[in-house]
Amino acid sequence: MTQPLAQCLGVSRRFGHFVAVDGVDLQLGPGEVVGLLGANGAGKTTLIKMLLGLLATSGGQVLLFGEPPSRRTRQRIGYVPQTLGLYDDLTPAENLAFSEAAFGTRHAGRGRPVMAESLRPYQSTVVGSLPLGVQRSAAFAQALAHGPDLLILDEPTSGVDPLARARLWETVAVAAAAGTGVLVTTHYMDEAGECDRLMVMADGRVVAEGTAAQIVGGARVSVVETGSWAAAFGALEAAGLPATLVGRTLRVPGTVPADVRRALGPVEASVTAAPATLEERFFELTLSSSRAREPA
Amino acid sequence: MTAPSAGSGPVPAAAATREWWGTEEVCVRYGDKLALDHVTFRAVPGRVSAVVGGDGAGRTTLLRCLAGALAVSSGRVRLPPPLRIGYLSSGSGTYPDLSVAENLAFRAAAYRLPPAVARERSGEFLERAGLSGARDRLAGQLSGGMRQKLGVIAAMLHQPDLLVLDEPTTGVDPVSRADLWWLIARAAASGAAVVLATSYLDEAERALDVLALDAGRALASGTPEEIIAAMPGTLRVSDAPPEGEARRRAWRRGGRWRIWDPPGPPSGTAGAGEDAGGAAGGIAGAATPVRPDLQDAVTVAILARELAGSGGPEGGGPR
Repeated sequence: MTQPLAQCLGVSRRFGHFVAVDGVDLQLGPGEVVGLLGANGAGKTTLIKMLLGLLATSGGQVLLFGEPPSRRTRQRIGYVPQTLGLYDDLTPAENLAFSEAAFGTRHAGRGRPVMAESLRPYQSTVVGSLPLGVQRSAAFAQALAHGPDLLILDEPTSGVDPLARARLWETVAVAAAAGTGVLVTTHYMDEAGECDRLMVMADGRVVAEGTAAQIVGGARVSVVETGSWAAAFGALEAAGLPATLVGRTLRVPGTVPADVRRALGPVEASVTAAPATLEERFFELTLSSSRAREPA
Repeated sequence: MTAPSAGSGPVPAAAATREWWGTEEVCVRYGDKLALDHVTFRAVPGRVSAVVGGDGAGRTTLLRCLAGALAVSSGRVRLPPPLRIGYLSSGSGTYPDLSVAENLAFRAAAYRLPPAVARERSGEFLERAGLSGARDRLAGQLSGGMRQKLGVIAAMLHQPDLLVLDEPTTGVDPVSRADLWWLIARAAASGAAVVLATSYLDEAERALDVLALDAGRALASGTPEEIIAAMPGTLRVSDAPPEGEARRRAWRRGGRWRIWDPPGPPSGTAGAGEDAGGAAGGIAGAATPVRPDLQDAVTVAILARELAGSGGPEGGGPR
């Protein structure tokens, strides 16, 4: 097997008494796209900062390209933070020139063609005046310009339309096909399908790992179909069962139909079981992790 | 085009009045830029409607019109009285240097809500949204998801007839998003017409009515099913990107490729018979037909406009 690009071996990070990351193992190989899912505070950003070498570990070991993080390993990483990390007062080209100077790199060209074309109409506009989707493309172009072996993306597609999102993922796929390993965080479960593998984090730990189908497994939800969803919603609320509204249907994760039927009381409704979505399963995993942590 | 719920099933009591709030053929101009171009949109009591579109599509402009915060250049706006509207602006709509409790007390006073009622409702919503422990924290110190939840609670505290939420869930993690959706459903269940802007199509699919905007114009509107059914042409899915002219009609989704085939004979000049004739398209790797969902339908609408325009960001006049 080829050497992993990034490895976390039982990595932990404490801030005072607070354990932000707790014994995380991670392996990322060339050409692999791994999605990191987690609620806010689950530890994703702390983990990324340790991978980038911006934050020391409290325990365990981070290895990049087989060695501890350093300025040299940082040169082989492309990183797009949530805030994009571009200078608003510079054009995309000026931003790129600045980052090349800072990295001391010459671009190797991986992943460039798609971006170069889409950015051409905007080359003389400062980043602050560009539409968000174009800003994101510019940040991608910049992160890929030095042909990194490892690409780290923190919520890369937040706020852009579906076609722009598809094109950003196209760029990621081009880089991955050329051998770049990609670690990406997202809150958007539809994007899980773009990843070869997912890791779900909750309270600093990895609580599930695998493909979306593996993570959902046999999880089921109760589905309530009724002519009066508002009444059903109220009845479920009174019974302490949190229901989600989808159109005029209610979905109740982590329940069986018999319990939901009972909670509905006199409300006329059909209640059936259905496979959970990844988002619903994610929700269950996160909740059960936080319950397990609460002192009895 | 969206008829307000005529015969589309029972909705909460308030809808029985057949009321609607919204816009008719509204245009909004900023200088010489047309931010909204003849947009018609109806929000119906007891229903959740979603306005989708990318950056610059006109979502915020439309929602500001619905909130009564923006005068339109032409067209008609039909709104409840200002005190019966609840509005969360895209900036979060809370005061960073007031605590959570102070924010809600201020909002209640502004909307002339009796203090006892305000206290009871605030308590219930904060509890349900997991914010009870944060009452005394400054809004400016809350996480993004908590701040959005506070913003939505503040907007719905006075039980408005029309609740307008500009991107309540953008950048919010799935757990907070579930809380936000509970609040949204709660507002609709108590009879409000709820309008929310979102860039997440899976979220829009949970709404009863959807308006997709692009460059200030309505791309598609109706129930998610209606928008999907109205998608022109057909869709195929393939493991590899197509070659030639079809490449421009393809995009990545879920690790595979969606290829859109417009209705009628292919119009491209460079297609070299790629799709011509009755036989399956000559694509490397099998491409199988696939039923579109809302995300596909909206993507096709954006793509079709892009392929038809192929100009620049500043196209010609209205078409």
